[in-house]
Amino acid sequence: MVEREGIRRYVAHAVLWAGIAVVAFPVYLAFVASTQDNAAIANGQMSLLPGSHFLETYYRTIFVGTSGTTREPVGMMLLNSFVMAMSIALGKIAISILSAYAIVFFRFPFRMTVFWIVFITLMLPVEVRIYPTYKVAADLHLLDSYAGLALPLIASATATLLFRQFFMTVPDELLEASRIDGAGPFRFFKDTLLPLSRTNMAALFVILFIYGWNQYLWPLLITTRDDMQTIQVGIRKMIVTSDALTEWPVVMATSILAMLPPVAVVVLMQKLFVRGLVETEK
Amino acid sequence: MQKQSVFTSRWLPWLLIAPQMAIVLAFFYWPAAQAVLQSFLMQDAFGLSTVFVRFENYKELLSEPDYFAAILRTFVFAFAIALSSLSLALLLAVMADKPLRGVALYRTLLIWPYAVAPPVAGVLWVFMLNPSLGVIAHGLRALGIDWNPLLDGNQAALLIILAAAWKQISYNFLFFLAGLQSIPKSVFEAAAIDGARPMRRFWTVTFPLLSPTIFFLIVVNIVYAFFDTFGIIDTMTRGGPAKATETLVYKVYSDGLLGGNLGGSAAQSVILMGIVIVLTGIQFRFVERKVTY
Repeated sequence: MVEREGIRRYVAHAVLWAGIAVVAFPVYLAFVASTQDNAAIANGQMSLLPGSHFLETYYRTIFVGTSGTTREPVGMMLLNSFVMAMSIALGKIAISILSAYAIVFFRFPFRMTVFWIVFITLMLPVEVRIYPTYKVAADLHLLDSYAGLALPLIASATATLLFRQFFMTVPDELLEASRIDGAGPFRFFKDTLLPLSRTNMAALFVILFIYGWNQYLWPLLITTRDDMQTIQVGIRKMIVTSDALTEWPVVMATSILAMLPPVAVVVLMQKLFVRGLVETEK
Repeated sequence: MQKQSVFTSRWLPWLLIAPQMAIVLAFFYWPAAQAVLQSFLMQDAFGLSTVFVRFENYKELLSEPDYFAAILRTFVFAFAIALSSLSLALLLAVMADKPLRGVALYRTLLIWPYAVAPPVAGVLWVFMLNPSLGVIAHGLRALGIDWNPLLDGNQAALLIILAAAWKQISYNFLFFLAGLQSIPKSVFEAAAIDGARPMRRFWTVTFPLLSPTIFFLIVVNIVYAFFDTFGIIDTMTRGGPAKATETLVYKVYSDGLLGGNLGGSAAQSVILMGIVIVLTGIQFRFVERKVTY
């Protein structure tokens, strides 16, 4: 524009780098701590540069775990978190695309009632109905199981609404054309609708995977066995109230491992991530 | 809006919606109904008999000074988190909206914290600010500040707000940037030709045009502060010291752990549901406008 752009540009670069530094510093520090000796950290003598214990700490974290508090190697927790995140993402996409298909492409009695029943679930996060939901899960013998971890978190409408909105934009001619080709509801779904929905499904998957991976309160309540812990729950159990007993390098290595998969998803699939985020918030 | 061309089948649509209906009914409606029902009932001390008490549980809850303090605290947290996170994110988004070299890289480096889980964010910040071994805590001590969030409730609250705001910057940044990019550049050029300086252009042109995004983000941030801070609080302070960081959601959780008062706990859940419904209602109103310009 008309002013001296040069200086303003430098200011903008500087502000952005400062912002990146603020955002990244806690994570950098966690990484540094995970490569250092516990005694140095506990004494408050931590260096701000990476130390030499990288391999040792991460090996111990993944395959052995802390000596006192969690008794479970983080590798197991990573597996649990992965299974939970995948079941939530795939499960939600599967049930949502089916019900959206029914609501948009069929006429049946109480169709709008069904739509509203699903729509209302958009409003209440699991946190507000936590104990009654816990009781249902306990009655169904779902405590300490993958199904118990995933099912209650699948019960919400975001994905259904998204698919419904997308299906509405599919031109009527497509359905008529495949009808003329002799396709029934199954063939139309499989050969026409699913291929068209690929990008939407991928964007949704990215968002739901992060959502599932980062769940905390629900897994905290529903898992009691050490070998069913997710990594988010495991981290908290590693922090002992009396600081002296906390094995900080292991805690920090676990934190790094806990954020690695979702952060990788955001960075590597940035386009899908942004699309998914904006679409699910509409 | 309806499709003209549809399938007809008596049983297929029901089969298709069955899985979602089953899950929604079992894990959403049934528990929510249970909470509402429980909130009107009271059990005797031995759990042997239950009586219908109408609003007794609510009255008791609202007359509890602890509960009132938790409501107030939650709103203060929400306000502080939203304000700090939104203003920082807006500043960064305005900078990233300029035609700079490397904008794509900046964007990537600023959005990844979205993927950090709240409990992990809590652990990262508690480590930096731990009074005995935290790097920043040492710095504060050197400046002569008596930093001890394990004893000082206000400092503990500040800790929660910092960690929660930090995690939310990336989300807000992303939406602000999208909002800024959807404003036609010709509007700024017109203002510049009229002689408006950059600061003035921001407040008289950018800010008003961005207001739908701002309203939307305020609601999202409040919901975030209400519910998603649970993991942060649980890893950082567990509601302490002396309940100084106990929010409404945390109170539902910790009261429930103690067991006992089922009706009171259910009443807490129902009040939270009410708050979410109001917030969602507000959000829908503004979302309509968000997409119009």
